[in-house]
Amino acid sequence: MKLSAKTATLLVLALMIAVTPFFFPSGYYYRVGALIFVNGIAVTGIVILTGYAGQISLGHAGFAGIGAYACALAPVHLGLHPALAVVLGAAISAVLAWLVGRPILRLKGYYLGVATLGFGILVSMVLNNERDLTRGPDGIDVPELGLRAVLKGWGLDMTNGQFWYFFCGLILILGAWLALNLYDSPTGRALRALHGSEIAARTVGVDVARMKLQAFVISAVYASVSGSLLALQNKFITPDVAGFMHSIEMVTMAVLGGVGSILGAILGAGILTLLPQVLTVFAEYEQLVLGLVMMLVMIFLREGLLPSILRRLRGTGE
Amino acid sequence: MSELLQFLFSGVTVGAVYALVALGFTIIYNASDVVNFAQGEFVMLGGMITWFAHAAGLPLPLAALIAIAATAALGVAMNKLAIEPARGAPVVSLIIITIGASIFIQGAAQLVFDKQIHSFPAFSGDDPIRIGGATILPQSLWVIGGALATFVGLWVFFTRTLLGRAVLATSNNRLAAQLVGINTNFVMTLSFALSAGIGALAGVLATPITLTSYGVGIGFALKGFAGAMLGGMGNPKGALVGGFAIGLIEAMTAGYLSSQYKDAAAFIMILLVLFFMPQGLFGRKSTDRV
Amino acid sequence: MKKTLIPVALGLAASLGLTTAALADIRLGASISATGPAAFLGDPEAKTLEILVEQLNAAGGIGGENIALVLYDDAGDPNKARTFATRLVEDDEVVAIIGGTTTGTSMSILAVAEDAEIPFISLAGAIDIIDPVKRHTFKTPHTDRMACQKIFEHMQGQGFTGIGLISGTDGFGASMQAQCKDVAGDFGIQIVADETYDPKDADMTAQLTKIRNTAGVQAVLNPGFGQGPSIVTRNYRQLDIGLPFYQSHGVASDGFIELAGADAAEGVRLPGTALLVADLLADDDAQKPVVTAYKAAFEGKTGTPVGTFGGYAHDAFMILTDAIARAGTAEPAAIRDAIEATTGLAGTTGIYSFTATDHLGLDLSAFRMLEISGGKWTLAE
Repeated sequence: MKLSAKTATLLVLALMIAVTPFFFPSGYYYRVGALIFVNGIAVTGIVILTGYAGQISLGHAGFAGIGAYACALAPVHLGLHPALAVVLGAAISAVLAWLVGRPILRLKGYYLGVATLGFGILVSMVLNNERDLTRGPDGIDVPELGLRAVLKGWGLDMTNGQFWYFFCGLILILGAWLALNLYDSPTGRALRALHGSEIAARTVGVDVARMKLQAFVISAVYASVSGSLLALQNKFITPDVAGFMHSIEMVTMAVLGGVGSILGAILGAGILTLLPQVLTVFAEYEQLVLGLVMMLVMIFLREGLLPSILRRLRGTGE
Repeated sequence: MSELLQFLFSGVTVGAVYALVALGFTIIYNASDVVNFAQGEFVMLGGMITWFAHAAGLPLPLAALIAIAATAALGVAMNKLAIEPARGAPVVSLIIITIGASIFIQGAAQLVFDKQIHSFPAFSGDDPIRIGGATILPQSLWVIGGALATFVGLWVFFTRTLLGRAVLATSNNRLAAQLVGINTNFVMTLSFALSAGIGALAGVLATPITLTSYGVGIGFALKGFAGAMLGGMGNPKGALVGGFAIGLIEAMTAGYLSSQYKDAAAFIMILLVLFFMPQGLFGRKSTDRV
Repeated sequence: MKKTLIPVALGLAASLGLTTAALADIRLGASISATGPAAFLGDPEAKTLEILVEQLNAAGGIGGENIALVLYDDAGDPNKARTFATRLVEDDEVVAIIGGTTTGTSMSILAVAEDAEIPFISLAGAIDIIDPVKRHTFKTPHTDRMACQKIFEHMQGQGFTGIGLISGTDGFGASMQAQCKDVAGDFGIQIVADETYDPKDADMTAQLTKIRNTAGVQAVLNPGFGQGPSIVTRNYRQLDIGLPFYQSHGVASDGFIELAGADAAEGVRLPGTALLVADLLADDDAQKPVVTAYKAAFEGKTGTPVGTFGGYAHDAFMILTDAIARAGTAEPAAIRDAIEATTGLAGTTGIYSFTATDHLGLDLSAFRMLEISGGKWTLAE
């Protein structure tokens, strides 16, 4: 039986999440794993926006910031359960993406880049400056999600690290599944058509503006959920989560691993999350290595790591 | 009145630095369609190398010249090693490459130099000049003069010299330029050297005012990028106007509205301009190829 | 696909283990912002810790046991700091943690340390770190609230009732701005102008002009660190404002005078520590020997002038090693109890005495009001 690409991707993901913990020498590896999955969720959104629809965003961390601060603020000020705060953050992100996306998605290339960049900076500025609400650059505490205690009541006792590892892993699989379904749907086909050529897509009847907006809104929700999970996991969040560097990090992870492939983008998230952990002995050289990796991969493996590697394997293997 | 004048002085001082960075963006964009996010690192290198050479005992003008020449050489190396091999890559890949270069240069600078903040003496002393109840530093005049002189120099170069016209021809249509015998690779190299040199010049002129350290590049890059986009990418006049406009908007917002949201004002202005003029103030109309 | 990916992931996971430091007798952990936006503070802190560990081991360690320092660079990112704290606790199995250059990174580390019941000494300013008191968390720098109090105390003595505030929007500046606004009333001082600037800004004359033109401003205070305060000080002189000018402990180092220029910095006052005026201290001053020794060691090794922030790391290390020696064991719980029992320990910042309800252990007396005169620090009192 031949597996479809979709099933294969989900299987690989699930297997990796389930099997790697058997090789973890200490609890700290669960923490790194959970961070990879949180970043993986954000880059899955970038795949939809950039890989499917061909649009650039240099401000997606703004949505991650909204998701994160929704979890910090909604339980305290609105009395919402943290889990509902995640949903609220995603909803606010979606509405905001819809409002902002309508005017700015008419822009192309670098102009779209600077407009999204401006949006991200505005969000991060509000989080930094509205001290009375957000407590400013020093950060704010985030309430406990409470799910671990519930699971414990059911007889499933996990450490904090283990819980976040498996919980974020599960959400990542869910996110990847939704994104893969989108790819095969009529919307996905329309997105890919406009990625190829907007004018050609328009002439065959694709509502280009609506399609781009849809991709922008969906990817904003992914970023928002990723921000929420980060905040809940750390139980503390600072406006850095919405910063320019975080936006760049998301795009870099996706493009490095392969922005056309969900598994590739997640691989990119894994590599960039691991890099500072592997390089601690050479911390002085960390930036040097990171910059070099970014340049080399983009020059020699233009489609990103995973697609390029797979192409080479196929090319020589058969 | 003196208040307004002071805000104006503040705005043009900062704006002149942004304008120089924006001009650097424009030159590379014209030659290669690449927005070089490492442009801010050229500014940082201009300041840091000058400081380093000056601290090592060289006279300031010589240190500044060395800094500009070394940075221009680095620009050429960046073009040969990172940009030329990636020709034809999608915009997002080019963004990652130039940001990668920016991170790489920062990483190298903190190893070669250090992580402290540095400065060197102002060229014409620190005694402020008084005009109508407001004050401006002599060094600000150096920066403003530098931005204007660079703009005029570029204008003469692009319109009055054969080489400059070759650069313009390449930016309009690379293939056609090649067909009429223009060495487009040389044009690319020249543009990177020029752009890096101008960035370093900005660093040399501004450091006595803004101070420098290995991490200052990204701030200059963002503001310069914003200025270049506001004016319309690829147009030197747009870069000059855009850079000064961002500086002035910041100073006026800080002075009359809220200093907390002065950076926000600049970006809101950009969003508004792009909403009505998707190519910026002076940008070229582009047509999509089918 | 499966075949190629899993070994790659496992290979990477295995290489993580390589970075663990060599096994040693007493393992101390640190997560410092040696790069990133707070590198200006974190770099001297990291260097200080390395110098002190080397010195201590050369002198025979603690009771014959060597110290192994596991030092990570969190680049000022609270998320990274939490990961490194987890790594220090779970993987490196350290007995205590020093670090958290910024308030954000400190808050991240303290959550992990409290969960794991490992003593943690923070190097950041905000009062939230030790108020309310957390069982395992201590800190060495004065709180920003105390810096405000010290400055306002001095202003009150000069008879000022209305002041202008110009603060950086980074964590340090914003937190101190909030604390100063909070306590100003206690000293009969009103903040009549309140401006901010971005730490990357190149010119603050617009904000300062606004302050100058506000009625009732008798003095100006600038909470911030890094290059911002130097530029503010130059602009202050450029505009010839002439009112008394106060800086914060965030710029208490010789580097500030150099960057702002001795001319522009003339007359600037700030709450500093004994470290800056080592040669002005009386011979019987309890802090004199420790301050002189640290200054000599740091400046001899790095060639750069000492600053308050490196001093915070020095004091944290000293408190920790003193506690381990007194506890006679390297058990985290015993170390924590010994830290809390510290009394009268002279550091570079002040003389520390911790109690169960006070995990800072300093009072206002440890701050000295300094004034820059002729390019040198002098005592203002």
